[in-house]
Amino acid sequence: MTIKRKDNRKADEMRPFTAKVGVIPNAQGSAMWQQGGTIVIAAVYGPKEMHPRNQRNPKTGQLRCNYTLGSFSVEERARPGRNRRAMELDKIIEWALNPVVDLSEFPNQVVDVHIHIVQADAGTRCAGINAAAMALAHAGIPMNDIVSSVAAGKLDTELVLDIDKDEEHYPDGEGSTDIPITMTSSGKITHIQLDGKISAEQLKEVVLMAKKANKQIYEVQKKALKDCLENK
Amino acid sequence: MTEENKRQIVIPGEVLAEGDESLPGEGTEKKDGKITALRFGLLEERNNLVKVIPLAGVYQPRVKNIVIGTVSMLTGNGWVIDIGVSDNGFIPLSEVPRYVNKNALEEVLDIGDTVVGEIFSINKRGIDMTIKGRGLGRVDGGLIIEVNPNKVPRVIGKEGSMIKLIKDNANCNISVGQNGKILINGDKTEDELLARKAILFVVEKSFMSGLTDEVEKFFAEEKN
Repeated sequence: MTIKRKDNRKADEMRPFTAKVGVIPNAQGSAMWQQGGTIVIAAVYGPKEMHPRNQRNPKTGQLRCNYTLGSFSVEERARPGRNRRAMELDKIIEWALNPVVDLSEFPNQVVDVHIHIVQADAGTRCAGINAAAMALAHAGIPMNDIVSSVAAGKLDTELVLDIDKDEEHYPDGEGSTDIPITMTSSGKITHIQLDGKISAEQLKEVVLMAKKANKQIYEVQKKALKDCLENK
Repeated sequence: MTEENKRQIVIPGEVLAEGDESLPGEGTEKKDGKITALRFGLLEERNNLVKVIPLAGVYQPRVKNIVIGTVSMLTGNGWVIDIGVSDNGFIPLSEVPRYVNKNALEEVLDIGDTVVGEIFSINKRGIDMTIKGRGLGRVDGGLIIEVNPNKVPRVIGKEGSMIKLIKDNANCNISVGQNGKILINGDKTEDELLARKAILFVVEKSFMSGLTDEVEKFFAEEKN
């Protein structure tokens, strides 16, 4: 049985996505990522002095992410300000990006990554990671690779890619399971989350599916970074 | 811009060369027989040495760099200088080429003064600077502009060719700080503004080859 998706997408088809680098002139590096109805901008400031001082690390620099969901980004106004979800996502995005950045040259310093969700239609953490990876590269931070992220998942028992807001509330059978996966361009996983139920075989299949999707995302990120000097 | 004078832009993780013929230079890493980029920048290959010239990033202080900063604090044995990086610069009393009254440090350099200094040591405690030397010391007028620190090598040019060209054409004295601050000192304000325009032109067109000729053309046009 194949599921009919709302926008006639195939199971392993993502929503159309675009990227742009250098959207915020005042930031050291910045990028925009749009995937269907999800629009995210990321800005990188630093490396700069770490404040508060007690969090300094004299051995290496640190990455600090800041995820904000615009109050206007969802259908019903979201209450602005820090909340449990935003703080959790800060940490998750930080962990997803940390394996590829190398801040050993910047002891006692911090790199601030601000991720702002302008329009939310599910998959915001993945879009945020995609934008942040481009922004970090654009800021000239030493990195050994670039990460790409995609929200794979399962609707009832069918594996699908890039679940959107409507599909998140899939009513039938086992319902909807969301599995965001972040990978480097060489296919190493830096982040995987799972809430819901899935069999071991299907999880393996999902990872392979995400690997293929991340390759496409990486090509778009690469092109956006290479093109950002053209229009100057 | 034509295809020919455009240099290749590389992104982190991109494979630049394979095999043992090439050597990894600055901004690159050798892993599993492949040389990959560590930073976003322009690719340069010369004599089998592959390196990446960064396009962005904050200034990293190095010994022997000339930097321009402002005095932010006076202490018992010297001056604390803000040079635009996370560590402060410091000029000890002994690194001033004249007698200093210990009770009146402000007679030499006061808070808020702009100073051109040379870094002579970088250690855990901070960055030590000196103002002993030609062209170093307090700035008593002129125009200060800020550019991206990564473009400073282009502003200076090969063995100072670019900066000499600008100095000669604009009749100005120019001190370039490696931290991206540039001091322009001329007899006339128009000269200083022309020098500033030329420097901003160089920064904007920095990834073009044959830039010296372009700047010569720029001056010819400006003088008409």
